[in-house]
Amino acid sequence: MSLSSAANPTLLRISGLTVRFGDFTAVESLDLAVAPGETVALVGESGSGKSVTSLAVTRLLDHAGGRIVSGQITFQDREGRQRELTTEAPEAMRRLRGPEIAMIFQEPMTSLNPVLKVGEQITEAIRLHQGMDGAAALAEARRLLEKVRIPEAARQLERYPFQMSGGMRQRVMIAMALSCRPRLLIADEPTTALDVTVQAQVLRLIRSLQQETGLGMIFITHDMGVVAEIADRVVVMRRGRKVEEGEVNRIFAAPQHPYTKRLLAAVPVLGSLADQPLPVPFPMPDAPPPQPLDTVRPEAEPVLELRGLTTRFDVRRGWLGRVVGRIHAAEQVSFSIRPGETLAVVGESGCGKSTTGRSIIRLEQPQSGEIRFAGEDVTVLDRQKEARLRRGVQFIFQDPFASLDPRLTVGFSVAEPILTHNLLQGRAVQDRVAQLLTQVGLGPEHARRYPHELSGGQRQRVCIARALASEPRLIIADEAVAALDVSIRAQVVNLMMRLQQEMGLAYLFISHDMAVVERISHRVAVMYLGQVVEIGPRQAVMNDPQHPYTKRLLAAVPVPDPARRGHDRGLDDSEVPSPLRRPDDMPEVAPLVPVGPDHYVARHRIGGLY
Amino acid sequence: MIDARIDDITEADLDSGTSVPLEIRSPLAEFWRRLLRQRVALVAGLLILVVIVAAVAAPWIAPFDPAEPDYENVLAGPSALHWAGTDAYGRDIFSRIIWGARISISVGFLSVALGGVLGVTLGLVSGYFGGWVDNLVMRLCDVMLAFPGILLAIAVVALLGPGVANVIYAVAVFSIPIYARVVRGSTLAVKQTLYVQAARSIGVKGLKLVLRHILPGTLPGIIVTTSLRMGTAILVAAGLSFLGLGAQPPSPEWGAMLADGRSYLGVADHLTFFPGLAIFLIVLAFNLLGDGLRDALDQKLRP
Repeated sequence: MSLSSAANPTLLRISGLTVRFGDFTAVESLDLAVAPGETVALVGESGSGKSVTSLAVTRLLDHAGGRIVSGQITFQDREGRQRELTTEAPEAMRRLRGPEIAMIFQEPMTSLNPVLKVGEQITEAIRLHQGMDGAAALAEARRLLEKVRIPEAARQLERYPFQMSGGMRQRVMIAMALSCRPRLLIADEPTTALDVTVQAQVLRLIRSLQQETGLGMIFITHDMGVVAEIADRVVVMRRGRKVEEGEVNRIFAAPQHPYTKRLLAAVPVLGSLADQPLPVPFPMPDAPPPQPLDTVRPEAEPVLELRGLTTRFDVRRGWLGRVVGRIHAAEQVSFSIRPGETLAVVGESGCGKSTTGRSIIRLEQPQSGEIRFAGEDVTVLDRQKEARLRRGVQFIFQDPFASLDPRLTVGFSVAEPILTHNLLQGRAVQDRVAQLLTQVGLGPEHARRYPHELSGGQRQRVCIARALASEPRLIIADEAVAALDVSIRAQVVNLMMRLQQEMGLAYLFISHDMAVVERISHRVAVMYLGQVVEIGPRQAVMNDPQHPYTKRLLAAVPVPDPARRGHDRGLDDSEVPSPLRRPDDMPEVAPLVPVGPDHYVARHRIGGLY
Repeated sequence: MIDARIDDITEADLDSGTSVPLEIRSPLAEFWRRLLRQRVALVAGLLILVVIVAAVAAPWIAPFDPAEPDYENVLAGPSALHWAGTDAYGRDIFSRIIWGARISISVGFLSVALGGVLGVTLGLVSGYFGGWVDNLVMRLCDVMLAFPGILLAIAVVALLGPGVANVIYAVAVFSIPIYARVVRGSTLAVKQTLYVQAARSIGVKGLKLVLRHILPGTLPGIIVTTSLRMGTAILVAAGLSFLGLGAQPPSPEWGAMLADGRSYLGVADHLTFFPGLAIFLIVLAFNLLGDGLRDALDQKLRP
């Protein structure tokens, strides 16, 4: 990097930037420089000021209610003039945004206009900034879509954003950002909302486009794995201040600041437990290295058994509500979980992993199949069975804030299962709530607080306390740590593992995060298009994946090690097909065949043969 | 490259997880903050408060007895003694308006409360159960809404006979479908929220689920509707009394006072002007308050 920055003058230089929202200082005396062709990753957890920095550079801050209190942002434009962005007139800024500084955001659906065709939106940008007319602009739009590797570009121009998948929409956003040939690209968590395999595709695309065009890039992310994949230089931010800056290899190899160390320590590295058959909690700084936990009781009767669970959603259309299609969310799902065991269900959005979990507790109504809880058939619920199921199986949702009633105190939410199942009365309820809150690492005083008074990590702890309140035997955790910052995620995962050890809980851990899954699970089930395609001991599935989809999923996980970047890990650009089928078109369920001890893989029929 | 302050990473602040940039306020604090910005609604609310206080304190603050005739002083215009003049029997119109506020406010309040309780219940039942129950309730509401409110009220009074109590029932009846629709809509939305699903997943169901988790979520809609309906209820009640179907003379009901004064239009306009003004102001105030509440409670209009 030192070479290129010597050859090229700096593209963007931020010095002493301080941004305030009212009395709140979001960014404080930040220094940052970006050279042409360089990728600077801005890393930090929520509220660290990384997105505010990007808003300051583009001056979209003016619309967000923030104020640049001091500092300079110097940008060298196409003509080589030095522009001072903090004092530039709004009209001049508008002309800079797009042709000089382009942005891509986290959520491509909300960044695209839903009522305009993709082609119209791209050509609009081209016409505005490049002054091309209709036909030429359309041809340019097609060229751009081809450049971002969208298959059948000409046909895609005619589609609306809602007709495209998340990955395709993000590609369209990238195409639009590049349409004006910007010199600085600000990417704000562009892959956070995408599935891993799609994320890998998009990251690779961004990297290759950058190499072609030589643009400078600020890449904002919280994911150290993504940083290792894409960054040249890393700036670590915390509470609006830069705590460390350095070249990417140096940051990963020898972090200096304790916060960077913590951040890196909390990043799960896939493959770190390749030699360890048992789950191991995340290592914590200043703590002895964690020991593997042996919690499964193999001789015991399974807590939960699913046999051929099938849940489909009818898609109706027209006046009479005719069924025009079905979403096959879960097809013939079978597995069992033993006491003290964690079965992870992994797969990408729409693979049916959440539906499977929700079907077990009847938040969705399964069409067929059998659900046995603690040896009892609970497929058809009567009053007693429902009470036993609702007490014995608890569910933790992804969004802890939304899953707590905002008008009730934390204490009441935790007490609700106890009251509902009439487990304790009077004073004993409060004591139990205090005990549960202590157990999950909160204090009894939190009982009087409301959910909005707690942080994300604390809220998820409340949800765990609530799940423990009815003394369940199985907890279904649906992406329970996905919304948390990395360091908090590690703490919550460790908490769940500790509770498993103490109480012999079984977990159905639904997740898309392979690295967390590696830490917590005994066995892994991989779902694809509503079917389990591979299931087996965690070590066997992760070290020796048999199904092509499992292989693809594992290959796509970003590796938080810049030294291992670049070697092509055989990604393909294909899309996951839709689980929506015509009513008369039943999917073929591939039978699972054993390939190792307790390890099964779906064998698909090819040309009439298995 | 390291920041000079290798600071302050304590277990506690790492545990606190996210330091939220913009303070998240409690829903109630947020509501107050936004309501305080609604200047017009605050003025309207103040006016309503004044009228309510006047109605309660009528025996002490009304300068004259509202039923005491003064044949020396009939149809007198506004003066320092009689602020709003006197009517055909020489009764003080200002005092009658203050006493009349008692009737109007209580008719409005009682009818809206009655209609509200029934309508909210129907809305909750409709939204919670869905299916044919929902269809039945909503089609009944459609039927009731197909008639203009005042016609429906006249029909009810025609059945029950004139009188203030029957006006309350009449006005309550046509508030029912409005509440039912509003509450059904928010019930459907609240039913889908994660916290209701979470409550279901731990086994909370039936009345407990509805009262504890769903009903509080529909309160914003109920509050706004109540304010708007109060205005309408007072207007319709006055209308019925004007037609002679509600409060009967010599009761100082505003609508009845309008009807009394009608014969003297052009001779003594203050007989109709002041009761009309009272009706106009109170109805306007309730509507403006309702609009302000809606803006303050609506998540979608967040500034």
